[in-house]
Amino acid sequence: MYEILAKESLAPVTKLMVISAPEVARKAKAGQFVIIRVVEEGERIPLTIADYDREEGTITIVFQEVGKTTMHLGTLEVGDRLASFTGPLGNPTEVEHYGTVVCVGGGVGIAAVYPIARALKEAGNRVISIIGARNKELLIWEDRMRSVSDEIIVCTDDGSYGRKALVTEPLKELMEERAEEIDRVWAVGPAIMMKFCSLTTKPFGVKTIVSLNPIMVDGTGMCGSCRVEVGGETKFTCVDGPEFDGHQVDWDLLLARLRIYVEEEKRALELFKQKVGG
Amino acid sequence: MAKVIPKRVEMPRQKPEERIHNFNEVALGFDMELARAEAERCLQCKKPTCIEGCPVRIDIPGFILKVREGDLPGAVEILKSANNLPAICGRVCPQETQCEAVCALAKKYEPVAIGRLERFVGDWDLARGAVIPELPPPTGKRVAVIGAGPAGLTCAADLARKGHSVTIFEALHAPGGVLMYGIPAFRLPKEVVQAEIEYVKKLGVEIKLNSVIGKLFTIDELLEEQGYDAVFIGTGAGLPRFLGIPGENLNGIYSANEFLTRVNLMKAYKFPEYDTPIKVKSKVAVIGAGNVAMDSARCALRLGAKEVKIVYRRSRKEMPARAEEIHHAEEEGVIFELLTNPVQFYGDDKGWVKGMRCVRMRLGEPDKSGRPRPIPIEGSEFDMEVDTVIVAIGARPRPLIFEGATGLERTKWGTVVADEETGRTTKERVWAGGDIVTGEATVISAMGAGKRAAADIDRFLRG
Repeated sequence: MYEILAKESLAPVTKLMVISAPEVARKAKAGQFVIIRVVEEGERIPLTIADYDREEGTITIVFQEVGKTTMHLGTLEVGDRLASFTGPLGNPTEVEHYGTVVCVGGGVGIAAVYPIARALKEAGNRVISIIGARNKELLIWEDRMRSVSDEIIVCTDDGSYGRKALVTEPLKELMEERAEEIDRVWAVGPAIMMKFCSLTTKPFGVKTIVSLNPIMVDGTGMCGSCRVEVGGETKFTCVDGPEFDGHQVDWDLLLARLRIYVEEEKRALELFKQKVGG
Repeated sequence: MAKVIPKRVEMPRQKPEERIHNFNEVALGFDMELARAEAERCLQCKKPTCIEGCPVRIDIPGFILKVREGDLPGAVEILKSANNLPAICGRVCPQETQCEAVCALAKKYEPVAIGRLERFVGDWDLARGAVIPELPPPTGKRVAVIGAGPAGLTCAADLARKGHSVTIFEALHAPGGVLMYGIPAFRLPKEVVQAEIEYVKKLGVEIKLNSVIGKLFTIDELLEEQGYDAVFIGTGAGLPRFLGIPGENLNGIYSANEFLTRVNLMKAYKFPEYDTPIKVKSKVAVIGAGNVAMDSARCALRLGAKEVKIVYRRSRKEMPARAEEIHHAEEEGVIFELLTNPVQFYGDDKGWVKGMRCVRMRLGEPDKSGRPRPIPIEGSEFDMEVDTVIVAIGARPRPLIFEGATGLERTKWGTVVADEETGRTTKERVWAGGDIVTGEATVISAMGAGKRAAADIDRFLRG
């Protein structure tokens, strides 16, 4: 169980892995996540379910190697097993026939928004996708997103591919030109990106759903590590979310809470790099 | 007529100055000589009151007599016929309010140290490699137990001993529930917990980790699709209560659950050898005064805090923690700020907690809980400098278990409605016991509930 069946490098620090987890795959739905440990001494981290195959019994995860745990994960090979794999956690995306929806994916968030876009397309929605990354190399899964979108706008911060823009620019244009046409927006990516996407759509009153990414420990509602404030109320991302109304999220609080262990994260990363020879 | 020995045998323990620097067990236990000396104190009453005080009705004079005689295998047999996990209970049961409170010696002298003797026997059994009793032929019936905490482990072990096939579904990556994530190693070594769990597995119980019922499978699916004949719910009360006061989401404010889970389950005290970090600065306030609060305070000390305060809104007398744990905390230097309640937290410009506004309390007439109602004293507000806060004011059941459990009724507090004697819920073929039914209580009361449910499930399965 929890064996790595496939591994792919999607971008310089972005990898894809297909994990054998038949019982999780059987139940997985768009918008949900898993919590994994790489080794026994490892920490528990949440990763969005980027794809699942109920027949094969597999879950696909896409992750960016930003810290010790994700880097360690990136060193595992096909045939290795994860120490633990728990899911599917969180509430699935509320998929309905809304009409026309916009799905925005930033960086590794593109992999997270893909299953949502796909589910919305399957439910008969017209899907307009905006995907962006810092540069061409970091832009992942364009083909997958294209396959589930009626319209797609591709951008990079530096203009090395597609349009030179942050995702908020085409989003703003969509709002200015077609807000009445758009029923709902999903934005998934780094917290700061989701914050600015929400701020972009807010003046137009278009409901915007975000998938929050706080630090988690158990993922089943027992510790409160992942608590966020939405509409002035404290919510646990793992059981009340992970999706919330972006216009109601206290973004500054989320960003502050994401920084609690910055020192420890740096230290762990340095030690790991020393261990594997930089 | 047996001679009364008024005082207990001293049990060795780590000195406070040393033990605040490690997570090793504080109470070091008896050896055979000390155990026999303590066992001598038991009067072997003809009408023992101690058995009545035990939630699982251990034949206390019976096992103590065996210890006195030096017959440890005999002591194990008597103990384990009523209690599957004696090494654990001997350490964490509040004996002082149970068996020891009603010991015949308790009125005028020090009661027999029943808990310490139970621990001694339990440890001896684990050290020799627990002997597996002969199991009856398989009944062909399958039971799903949800939660590998004290209630679930006990229920599973008892059912396995009756020949049923049992699978425990545990949400976390390690079994034990509060035994693993809640109670620190210096009170309950994890090796002891692991050894007791190995015993349960040797009885044939299968434990499936990382399996969250309500998500991976629902109770309806376990009964209707996965072929289980009965289900026992032992998921505990794991949803932490917060104060609901301003500033509570500042960095550095933890629920006790998060704090203890990081420290005990994820071994954050060994960071960076273990990857999960924990951040304890220098002035820690723990809000609450139960066993969880004591555990949190003592862990904070061991993690290097310079000052740790228990902040509690009632007085010493109402503190729910075990007397022994309060005593250990005091010895270790924990400060007690009683009749004090926080009303707001303040943070610095980085979003980290830096202070707490408190109000002094006085005690009024008893409230619903029977304890004196704490009433704020007007104008008594003051600020306390803190840079780490642990909120240990209790927990409620998590709602996940109710998803996909048609007909499973819950009370307004979120607990499962269940019969006290049998554990039967409102859903057919589903039983429940432990904190999920009673709200937060003790390891032993969860075990008692697990036993009673197992007996009723067994009766049901046999038709």
